[in-house]
Amino acid sequence: MRLAGFGFRLWRSDESGLGVRMKRQTAGPELERLVTLIAKLPGLGPRSARRVALFLLKKRDVLMIPLAEALMLAAEKVRPCGTCGNFDAIDPCAVCMDSGRDPGLICVVEDVADLWALERASAIRGRYHVLGGVLSALDGVRPQDLRIDSLVARATLPEMREIILAMNATIDGQTTALYLTERLAYLPVRITRLAQGVPVGGELDHLDEGTLLAALTSRREF
Amino acid sequence: MEWSDDALVLGSRRLGESGLVFDVLSREHGRQSALVYGAGSASRKIRPQAGDGVSVVWRGRLAQSLGHFSLFELVRPRAALAMQSGLGLTGLNALLDMAREAVPEGPSLPGVHDGANVVLDALGDPDLWPALYIRWEAGLLEALGYGLDLGQCALTGSSEDLAFVSPKSGRAASRSAAAPFADKLLALPGFLLDSGAPMEVNDLADGFALTGYFLERRVFDPLGKSLPESRTRAIVKLCLR
Repeated sequence: MRLAGFGFRLWRSDESGLGVRMKRQTAGPELERLVTLIAKLPGLGPRSARRVALFLLKKRDVLMIPLAEALMLAAEKVRPCGTCGNFDAIDPCAVCMDSGRDPGLICVVEDVADLWALERASAIRGRYHVLGGVLSALDGVRPQDLRIDSLVARATLPEMREIILAMNATIDGQTTALYLTERLAYLPVRITRLAQGVPVGGELDHLDEGTLLAALTSRREF
Repeated sequence: MEWSDDALVLGSRRLGESGLVFDVLSREHGRQSALVYGAGSASRKIRPQAGDGVSVVWRGRLAQSLGHFSLFELVRPRAALAMQSGLGLTGLNALLDMAREAVPEGPSLPGVHDGANVVLDALGDPDLWPALYIRWEAGLLEALGYGLDLGQCALTGSSEDLAFVSPKSGRAASRSAAAPFADKLLALPGFLLDSGAPMEVNDLADGFALTGYFLERRVFDPLGKSLPESRTRAIVKLCLR
């Protein structure tokens, strides 16, 4: 007998009457839990998670145990910096403590990943402020959900000269930048934002019209 | 089922790791949400933003299904232009929030779609788009079944010197006939009757107050919602310009 049409299928062997297809237990609960947790990581599904778990088990001494120790240590020690929101084992974080950085310049980013991207480029000689997201009417993210008050408090420090709003070029990112500009407007601080336009290595032919329009609007003397 | 249409992107949300569910206002098929496979993946760096005009092909098993957009192509990139000015971005957010909150899923509202396109195309001109936006709100009221009757005076039948609107009936009243109870009526700005009429800050404030009054009482209150905050921010920004 074969039943179908309810969004799932149920098979039963006609000959024996025993063949109801069921999930077989292939590993104990410890391994199942490991696979389930790995599958929650970005970019990994259940199949990849099984492969990763198997790889770790085969490399128990050289990878699995050191990884577990590193995870435990990071979970225990790494916290968001109380000043800028970056992740570090010390508070204030290494970036905030770096005396070689300009204390009058703050670069505001949405997420720690953006901070790391700017650090990879060695593009900012000042410090950072991680907002922890962007304003979004659709997702119900309000100003009080972000680290905006602490940014305003930092911006009022006497040494502050410039705040760079390095938000993503999305509607929510730029709306957040606009909101911050209005919140900080009363301060004697220069507020700037990242340029938008043609990326290095980009060909005009392959760019979307929005980026081309932004590039043309913000063109400058050469 | 399958249909193709022009649409305006109202927003998007993630579905899984790489999928994005886009909420669009299509011209002939009304408001529709559907999945775009792979649109949220890290490798796809640029994706249409809220406010952009797109050409879509929707496919689904039933009309009520979530379905997916098998074609989702950017044709009118307005968001990038709106991002170039604070006032433009404010207008974009006000219109999108209003559409998201007030336009129901299902019915075809080509006038609302076309009007929104006109406003969004004008966002680069801060002297033009506020009046267009208010007219769009009046059109939205009409499309939702709560249209204002601004053709003639409810008291005299005359179409001359219309200056007020009744908050009860939504019908216009002439300045002379409505003079005894003018303080109980809503002001009717001239640019809602004649697109060539001069437009001062007071007219804008009157226009926002007029459409806001009816939208609030006839559309938002029954839904248990309040007018979008972004609309209020737009009014403040425009009036303090």
